[in-house]
Amino acid sequence: MSGGRSAEGPVWSLHVGVVAGLLLLNFVLPDYHHGVFARILVLAVFAMGYNLLFGYVGLLSLGHAMFFAAGLYGAGLPMVHLGWGVPAAFSTGIVCGLVLALAVGLLALRTSGVAFMIVTMMFAQALALAVLYFGQWTRGDEGLVIAQAQRSLDLGPWRLDFTDPATRYLTALALFAIVLSATLAIVRSRFGRVLVAIRENEERTRMLGYDTFRNKLSAVVISGTICAAAGATYAILFGYVGSSFAGIQYSILPLLWVLLGGSATTLGPLIGTLLMYYLVDGSNDVLKAWLPDWRFSHLGVVGLALILLVLFFPRGLLGTLRQRWAGWLP
Amino acid sequence: MTALLTTHGLAKHYGGLRAVDGVDFALRAGEIRAVIGPNGAGKTTFVSLVCGRIAPSAGTIRFDGQDITALPAHQRVRLGIGYTFQITSVFANLSAFDNVALSVQRRIADRGGIAGLRTGVMDALSRTGLADRAGTIAGSLSYGHQRLLEVAMGIALEPRLLILDEPTQGLSDGEIDGFLALIRDIARQATVLLIEHNMQVVMALADRITVLNAGRTLAEGTPDEIRADAAVQQAYLGAPAP
Repeated sequence: MSGGRSAEGPVWSLHVGVVAGLLLLNFVLPDYHHGVFARILVLAVFAMGYNLLFGYVGLLSLGHAMFFAAGLYGAGLPMVHLGWGVPAAFSTGIVCGLVLALAVGLLALRTSGVAFMIVTMMFAQALALAVLYFGQWTRGDEGLVIAQAQRSLDLGPWRLDFTDPATRYLTALALFAIVLSATLAIVRSRFGRVLVAIRENEERTRMLGYDTFRNKLSAVVISGTICAAAGATYAILFGYVGSSFAGIQYSILPLLWVLLGGSATTLGPLIGTLLMYYLVDGSNDVLKAWLPDWRFSHLGVVGLALILLVLFFPRGLLGTLRQRWAGWLP
Repeated sequence: MTALLTTHGLAKHYGGLRAVDGVDFALRAGEIRAVIGPNGAGKTTFVSLVCGRIAPSAGTIRFDGQDITALPAHQRVRLGIGYTFQITSVFANLSAFDNVALSVQRRIADRGGIAGLRTGVMDALSRTGLADRAGTIAGSLSYGHQRLLEVAMGIALEPRLLILDEPTQGLSDGEIDGFLALIRDIARQATVLLIEHNMQVVMALADRITVLNAGRTLAEGTPDEIRADAAVQQAYLGAPAP
């Protein structure tokens, strides 16, 4: 707050610059990477939602896949079974995430630390199993495909076709930009400073007169809602709704993305998601091209890269950058 | 004489241990009250009950005529009960300014405005002599300055009752002199409840002293009365020689 005020300029220009750069990429990226980036932008929103709770409040959840899945199924199921349009489905997905986050928050926040991790993980497992149990509607592992015709939106004379690559990319970017601005506004607000205070010293924060439970609950609800928005957008843009997104893997991934990019940094989730995706993707190609005879899994390369990153960038890329050179990074 | 704070039969039991065992206590608005007693007398437990950090096993607490026994701690802070920790508990990774800003921000938000944040913070820092260290990260302040920052966070709440739990613990004699002046300054606006081991500090500051021993009130009176009290001497020094 004290020294931070003077850095108002670089903060806004950096964030506007990142969004502008991503907008530019829409016109120059080759087809394959264009599609990958659209996916990464949506997953980065998922990571930003996770970061708000993990990075800023210090609450480590191992069940955030449930919020992503709530948005995914909340939007996807009514589209497939009831033939709903995009606006109604998208809103339903978000409301599902919000209600789920409120319920889970009210119960899980009675615990802290390791117990909080376990409780959130159990709730997520319950939801993942429910998805499989109601296979008649969800088609379980196999998942549902949303018809192309449904994935469009009529805006007066214009028609947004979300199966069109450019529309898909720009929609993902729009969601990303909205959530990035919201995150930036939240973490720089008084509410955001209370969240950081809770992370640093919850008992002290309480004794300054803050209702720490209510602040944490608000953070869980906002975080869950952002993740659900990512899930709902994913269903609409990519037309696939499957149970793997509710699995434990998708609870761990946002944690990895955030750790890699830098927790409690606004842009860390994007960097982490991007890096992780291309690490997995690229290491396979590199191995095949350079060491074709080696029977060595590309995941070994990913693991090695992650270990090196943790060794040399223990606070994630942006976290370490902020610590050493750029203290003004939000 | 109006009592700002009263407790009636206040008790906290941990299994068989009676940490606080039926304390009746009354604190007049505007006074500086010291709570003293041997180690384990229940002093910190007593003030923790008052500020709501722990829930009592029995008894009632009234603040300014209102029963606050069931109120959560954060609401008691909002009513005007400020608490500073015995073990320094500042936000080590935030600057001194940001530490105090968290106090001020909450207080002025309750009054429906955000103007004057900077003034409020700098005022509290100036009163504690930390104004030139506003930008320093709290964790890298010296121990004495961290104690002062703890007090600055307390006074920035503008409490009606400020509870100070061993504020001079670990301070040098020079720092203690500064502290005495600071606490007298605070007492012009707030009632002060002070737990303190340093008898010079207690005798210099307190209007009245309450002596706790084994969770009960052993004696209460002016510094002179307490100094002359046989039971107090016995609790501190053991039984007199026959």
